[in-house]
Amino acid sequence: MKKEEIPQDDGALNKLTKEVVYAVDDSGNYTTELSTGWEVKAEALDLAWNEIDQRIANAKQKVINGEASPLLYFMELRLMDPGIVSAYTGFWKWTVKRHMKPSVFKKLPETTLKKYAEAFNVTVEELKTMNVHEA
Amino acid sequence: MKHEFHHLQAAHCENGVTTNLLRTIGIDNMTEPLAFGIGSGLFYVQLPFLKINNGPAIAFRTMPGLIFKRTCTSLGIPVFRKKFSSKESAKKYLDECLERGQPVGCQVGVYYLTYFPKEYRFHFNAHNMIVFGKEGDRYLISDPVMETTTSLSDYELERVRFAKGPFAPKGQIYYPKESRIITDDVMKKAIVTGIKRNVNHMIRIPGNIAGVKGIANTGRKIKKWRDKLGPKTAGLYLAQLVRMQEEIGTGGGGFRYIYAAFLQQAHKFHPADELLDISKTFTKAGDIWRNAAVQAAGIYKGRIGSQADYDVMGNYLIEISEIEKEAFKALSKIKWHS
Repeated sequence: MKKEEIPQDDGALNKLTKEVVYAVDDSGNYTTELSTGWEVKAEALDLAWNEIDQRIANAKQKVINGEASPLLYFMELRLMDPGIVSAYTGFWKWTVKRHMKPSVFKKLPETTLKKYAEAFNVTVEELKTMNVHEA
Repeated sequence: MKHEFHHLQAAHCENGVTTNLLRTIGIDNMTEPLAFGIGSGLFYVQLPFLKINNGPAIAFRTMPGLIFKRTCTSLGIPVFRKKFSSKESAKKYLDECLERGQPVGCQVGVYYLTYFPKEYRFHFNAHNMIVFGKEGDRYLISDPVMETTTSLSDYELERVRFAKGPFAPKGQIYYPKESRIITDDVMKKAIVTGIKRNVNHMIRIPGNIAGVKGIANTGRKIKKWRDKLGPKTAGLYLAQLVRMQEEIGTGGGGFRYIYAAFLQQAHKFHPADELLDISKTFTKAGDIWRNAAVQAAGIYKGRIGSQADYDVMGNYLIEISEIEKEAFKALSKIKWHS
């Protein structure tokens, strides 16, 4: 890639910083230049986020339909998977999966709910109701 | 207490941390490309069966932590590295280092990294930064992907040092234990070691999931993605490929460009003219990675999407595999003793 070809598109990272990119100058020597971002990359990230939003919406609907407990919703909302939820709470992965059943979730003691709430960075009340107010 | 610390921005976090830490112990001619090359940073692997963020698990560079370790070891610099089981001891140790003026490399997770834009905050636990001082409650941070230094509170730093999930950092810190005088001869030897190791990893590794064979293998798989996964998932997979290829600052097969820059710098220590030609080959490989990303974007944005378009995409990777194979073969043939 030549220095003039370094993309200067808009990207999510641009809010924070420009990135260093390596490219060759006119005499063929490598040099670095700052870039504001690349459309191709921004589009890949957008697509990933659309998919995440879709997963969150699906999870929410499942909870409303009584097919899953709010844990599923918060797991998706926090971009986690059962393995990561398990790592943050200390519960086994199969336990986490079991707690995603509404009937099991309903009977969970306060201490267990607290651990989940902490892992998802919400209150126990928010965990139960899925009402989160975030900036 | 604030110490003199010089922040240099880098394309990739671990290269940057390695370069900046080595510069603090007086190795002023260390650069990002040299650190990347001596650390044999270039790699490719697609791990079978494993999914990351519901997509294929692909890496374009070596395992986290290795670039720092290999670069120091090759230069004969002893490395200090420590993980912690408790947050208290992790903080205590860090504070002690800072008190005696020791800047410290830290592995962190980005999910709770407050200064990162939300769009980049996934559960990715192999980010690297340097903590170089403390002012009141604020830790002074040199994050190599940023233009300037920043700071984090006690709590914010603790959260990212103890992020959970794959590659959990466990408060891990590292730094060069002591300095050495790096003569041109030492650097020359380190460069040769780095290149030879990278040759092994890219063209002599057994199996077909890693190295240049891994690239071709992914290329062949891509051609089947449309029928096997359906257009939607196939598009998501391609987007994931591009995102892994385009980690922050490595835009367009950027690791290949950094490696090409490394070979040019290596030439200054070791004037074998082949290095300059092979550097050009890596630039070419980087350019095709870039074209492949553009093709992928065409597919995941729905501008194109026929089987022929997937074939073009797959063929790019097969072509790259050939080019990089030739480049590493040429590197393996260089006569180093001079």
